[in-house]
Amino acid sequence: MNAVHRVSVTHVTLSCFFKSINPPPSMASPLKCDLCDNQATVHLTQIVNHKVHKVDLCEFCAQAKGVTDPSSFSLADLLLKASLNPEPEAPTGLRCEQCGFTLDQFEKTGRFGCPQCYDTFTELLEPMLDNMHKGTAHVGKVPERALKRKQLYDRLSELETELQSAIKAERYEDAAKFRDDIVQVREAAGMSATT
Amino acid sequence: MAFNIEKLLAAPAEWPDNGNAKCPVVLMTRIRLARNLTSHRFPGRAEDGERRAIFKQCCEAVSNTGPMKRGLCVSVDALEPLQRQVLVERHLISRELSGAKSGAGVILNKDQSISVMVNEEDHLRIQVLRSGFQLKRTWNAINSLDSALESSLDYAYSPRLGYVTACPTNLGTGMRASAMMHLPALVIASQMGKVVRAVNQLGMVVRGLLGEGSDASGSMFQISNQTTLGESETDIVKRLQNVLQSIVEHELNARDKLQETDPRKLPDKIGRAFGILTHGHVISSSEAMNLLSLVRLGVDLGYFPDTHRVAVDRLFIEAQPGHVLHNSGLIKLESEERDRLRAERLRSEFANFTAPGYAKTGNN
Ligand SMILES: [Zn+2]
Ligand SMILES: [Zn+2]
Repeated sequence: MNAVHRVSVTHVTLSCFFKSINPPPSMASPLKCDLCDNQATVHLTQIVNHKVHKVDLCEFCAQAKGVTDPSSFSLADLLLKASLNPEPEAPTGLRCEQCGFTLDQFEKTGRFGCPQCYDTFTELLEPMLDNMHKGTAHVGKVPERALKRKQLYDRLSELETELQSAIKAERYEDAAKFRDDIVQVREAAGMSATT
Repeated sequence: MAFNIEKLLAAPAEWPDNGNAKCPVVLMTRIRLARNLTSHRFPGRAEDGERRAIFKQCCEAVSNTGPMKRGLCVSVDALEPLQRQVLVERHLISRELSGAKSGAGVILNKDQSISVMVNEEDHLRIQVLRSGFQLKRTWNAINSLDSALESSLDYAYSPRLGYVTACPTNLGTGMRASAMMHLPALVIASQMGKVVRAVNQLGMVVRGLLGEGSDASGSMFQISNQTTLGESETDIVKRLQNVLQSIVEHELNARDKLQETDPRKLPDKIGRAFGILTHGHVISSSEAMNLLSLVRLGVDLGYFPDTHRVAVDRLFIEAQPGHVLHNSGLIKLESEERDRLRAERLRSEFANFTAPGYAKTGNN
């Protein structure tokens, strides 16, 4: 059933291009324009031949380079002209740590390898979602039970770590308290109280 | 196992046997949810061992839910190619699953209203199907089945992207809601092109009877939501409901119009179709679809009694190639022989039909 989707995904990925006029997430140290010293307000990413090119420009330089019309604009050309190299850690060989999936494989199949891939390739995905869906954020059903269970599991492993370090540091009063907490969480998670 | 696949296929099914006459234009409603397990690779990426483990885990979880307690869990490997084709023709498994690697399969309930595919494109493809136009009831049924599964399976879920799926086109709700519609008057009046464009603009997709790429034989169309992220399940269902409702109205108007402008056109077409179905000896699959479509329209218009509708709907399924071969009990059939057997089946069924009465034509 994905024949049609595949084409569009590949298409979007290859010519995928996005531009945001928002300040970069790290407000602490605003990015400088790649071509001058002004603060960069235009951030571009383009994928050409599986390579992600990124450039940050101030509004003036963006205007001057004709970045306002993405369809007629090639970031690679701009980068060449400005004799900038593609970003060194450009995810040429971006690979999902969990399943080993690569961008190349995604372009071929239109599918990811594992849930973790969505974190690995999140920057590539973002602009695609915009073309693909009504919105970019989920507003529907939430698997409450599964999430609750996950919360309890996470809390449990947290407590177990704390318990171990308390025992190591011979803080026995703390250790006793962590042990009690563990029993409680295990009960809440519907597990037997002892390991 | 309480019953095997052959017994299951022979048993009465929610669709079409539970059909009713309330809304003759919508044959059946179907919703599927795509779900995946966290900390497993997607089926396309997982190795055989992992896929088999996922299959086992999902089979157990699904079989433990109330509605699936007496269900049948079969791996694709265990099915004959012909059995797979029959399941595809009944919309119980996808073509993709029927050609899947090992460690894939399906859990079906007794009346075939629920099918849960395991290790198709996603770990789970949950489907609930109902006869007629019943989007809300279908959603309620699948929603509670999904919640029951969630209490034993750890779904891959991201607060921002929703249910995580192998293909980004299914993110968010992972839901595809669809209705199978019979739109003969819109086809005869050459208005389907217009309808398809309008429906597309509303973010819905139109497909033929057998899914993507299939033609519109029998004037059957499946209409479903295109996008899954950024809109809640109930909003999608509501929107689809409105679109379907308006298509139903257009179809009924087109029928009225045809009867007004050319009062002999429909009785002539329907009468001829009845003649061929009653007396034909070689009928191809697509010819059968088109003839059955006309007889179905005749039932809606009151030329035949309402009780014939379910029989016609069953023939829509049984006239398809896999079903003809399956019912013949043979392993292989030349297509000429198949067309002969199909006609034979149709003749014997239509021998029980009352001849069309045109005197007083109702129009729903
Ligand atoms: Zn600048
Ligand atoms: Zn991955």
